[in-house]
Amino acid sequence: MKKAFSKIYLSLVYLFLYAPIIVLIVFSFNESKSKSHFSGFSLKWYIELFEDELIMTSLFNTLILALVSSVIATLIGTMAAIGIYSMKKKSRSAIMWVTNLPMVNPEVVTGISMMLLFVAFSSIFGIQQGFYSVLIAHITFNLPYVILNVLPKLYQVNNNLFEAALDLGCTPRQAFFKVIIPEIMPGIFSGFLMAVTLSLDDFIISYFTSGSDFQTLPVTIYSMLRKQVPPSLNALSALLFVAVLAILLISNITAIRKEKAEMKR
Amino acid sequence: MKNRALAIPHIVWALVFIVIPICFVLYFAFTDDSGAFTLMWVGQIGKYWGVFARSLKLALIATVICLLVGYPMAYIISRCNWLTQRTLTMLIMLPMWMNFLLRTYAWMTLLERNGIINNFLESIGLISEPLKMINTEGAVVIGMVYNFLPFMILPLYNIMVKIDNSLIEAAQDLGCSFPSVLRRVLFPLSVPGIINGITMVFVPAASTFVISQKLGGAKNMLIGDLIDTYFMGGEPNFHVGSMLSLVLMLIILICMAFMNQDDEEVML
Repeated sequence: MKKAFSKIYLSLVYLFLYAPIIVLIVFSFNESKSKSHFSGFSLKWYIELFEDELIMTSLFNTLILALVSSVIATLIGTMAAIGIYSMKKKSRSAIMWVTNLPMVNPEVVTGISMMLLFVAFSSIFGIQQGFYSVLIAHITFNLPYVILNVLPKLYQVNNNLFEAALDLGCTPRQAFFKVIIPEIMPGIFSGFLMAVTLSLDDFIISYFTSGSDFQTLPVTIYSMLRKQVPPSLNALSALLFVAVLAILLISNITAIRKEKAEMKR
Repeated sequence: MKNRALAIPHIVWALVFIVIPICFVLYFAFTDDSGAFTLMWVGQIGKYWGVFARSLKLALIATVICLLVGYPMAYIISRCNWLTQRTLTMLIMLPMWMNFLLRTYAWMTLLERNGIINNFLESIGLISEPLKMINTEGAVVIGMVYNFLPFMILPLYNIMVKIDNSLIEAAQDLGCSFPSVLRRVLFPLSVPGIINGITMVFVPAASTFVISQKLGGAKNMLIGDLIDTYFMGGEPNFHVGSMLSLVLMLIILICMAFMNQDDEEVML
């Protein structure tokens, strides 16, 4: 009885989560423009999607932006984590408080505050908002996630490891790169991945900081939503859904295999 | 391996791109066009009281619904075997990874006057006139719940997995009915997850502008919409926009401080 109830409840919530997406995907194959009446199967919206230059450019922009901003954020963030780890409690919590602000603050506020800075920038130095401003904004909101992923790993590192490396003849620099970095690598990597995902997905902060010349995919989607929405947006949703599904499946299957292997041991 | 200097690039970065922008917000909120100090924008907040109230009200309703729907969900998932747990949490994360603009767009097409829901209800003869669903407060709440439900379920689930089944069984063996197990065992142990989930839903819901704009229309403006209009609209006014952002930021920070008061570890 209880089991049956659980199952029904789970199915209902999943239905709520997936029904809208399934409807979107179904209508991406619709022959006509209608989004409520299915008149026949067609792939023409997919063709239109790939021929849409604006969408393709912004997709490219989004990918580049995600990659560059995450690499820089991972670099600065990892260094920062080590620095913060070395600090006394007081200065550590002061820095973490500031770092976490973009995470705690509503995104609109972070967005407009940076917009104000870049507007001032462009009126003083004459540099227009564009790739550089969005890049800076993305690095800024990615930083706390990298730091929060690396810091716990640093606390897990056994202090004697570093000493042992020094005793065995490593210079501090060698000990750092050959012993400490490999130890905290999983944290660095998960921080990097998180940064990539957040950057790919971000709309609000890019919207306020990108100006008119540089558009990321979410910003383009937003401008499409303002007018009569073309069904190629459904096609785009369907493709993104499949991409996310593939990534999640692969990462989960590898994780499950790993866990199973560990259980056997 | 201790080296404090490594934090310097980050500290400089945070100063220039986090602290200074917030100073800019403060500056614009308290100056007029000539740059002279003024409190006139403070006086304007009263004009938008209704919008603030609506934002907080809708965000609160959405948060409560997410908690009521998400709590049993997280509990049920956390009691499954680990393989099922993995699959089910993956299925929660999947829609979350779709961009929220697309998720909102999905509801736009569903709730439209000539949308699927209306068409379906009409075809089975339940209604003769299309229902007015889009551009209502209800639509905004649905949009918020749909977008943010995973952010409630996942933190709740993360905390509930750690609750040992034997605790629940022990309570039941000692004569607790399920409601009192819930009240005396599950609930107290899951408080950190609840707090986490509430903040992860309430903050973005209270400050959204896309969901309200697309599903609520011009009548159901939220505070985020106002800020958006004052910065990106046809007649920008950075001063009012900054003042409104400042108030929004204060409201959120006060809520967070209130929720996290016994929980120093959250900020590390």
